Amino acid sequence: MTVTALLFASYADALGRSSVSLTLPPGATVSDALDRLRELPGGSALPPSPLVAINLAFARTNVELSPGDELAVIPPVAGG
Amino acid sequence: MRSAIVTHPLDPAALTAEVANVANGATVVFVGTVRDMNDGRAVTGMEYTAYLPMAERELRRIVEEAAARFGTNDVVVEHRIGELGLGEASVVIAVAHPHRANAYDASRYVIEALKARVPIWKREWYADGERAWVDPTRAAREALAEEPS
Repeated sequence: MTVTALLFASYADALGRSSVSLTLPPGATVSDALDRLRELPGGSALPPSPLVAINLAFARTNVELSPGDELAVIPPVAGG
Repeated sequence: MRSAIVTHPLDPAALTAEVANVANGATVVFVGTVRDMNDGRAVTGMEYTAYLPMAERELRRIVEEAAARFGTNDVVVEHRIGELGLGEASVVIAVAHPHRANAYDASRYVIEALKARVPIWKREWYADGERAWVDPTRAAREALAEEPS
């Protein structure tokens, strides 16, 4: 299955892009997707358990992904 | 109730007028602005970015939570993104309620929840030309790392 990972702010800078298409085996979890992102150049900048959201809602890293999911990897937020 | 993420300059007076209602005895307006110093470094400007669809959704939820929790529908918030100069407003929250305690509490609730949950990031521009993303969790993480285990 294919999911789209979105990167923002410092994470986007580290990996040099703001979105990555990931092809993962069925049953893959958020953690699996994060491991794949860490293998990319600059991916070591991702912390051990970053905040993530699936399809606009905060999610835990043990959640299974579905085809077409939008997985956002969210750096520490700093609004206001 | 209303929330928005915008790219144009914010107008606190317009938001204040939006929550005006003769049933309300108290209106609290919070304006967050870009300041010229952070952690001892001179700042010349700021750049805000957002995960827009999620930021809009979280901000709307926060306003709904504040309204339910503090008993008023007269809650509006706007957050600006893009490039901002010193002194410009990045966020305006206007809350009105029959009584001041709830108006203050609702205003405080919105700004604290916004800072904790809404996916917005800011990059500071320093006087020496460097630019860096602001990480509110860095100080806490560094303090933890320095603790003897």
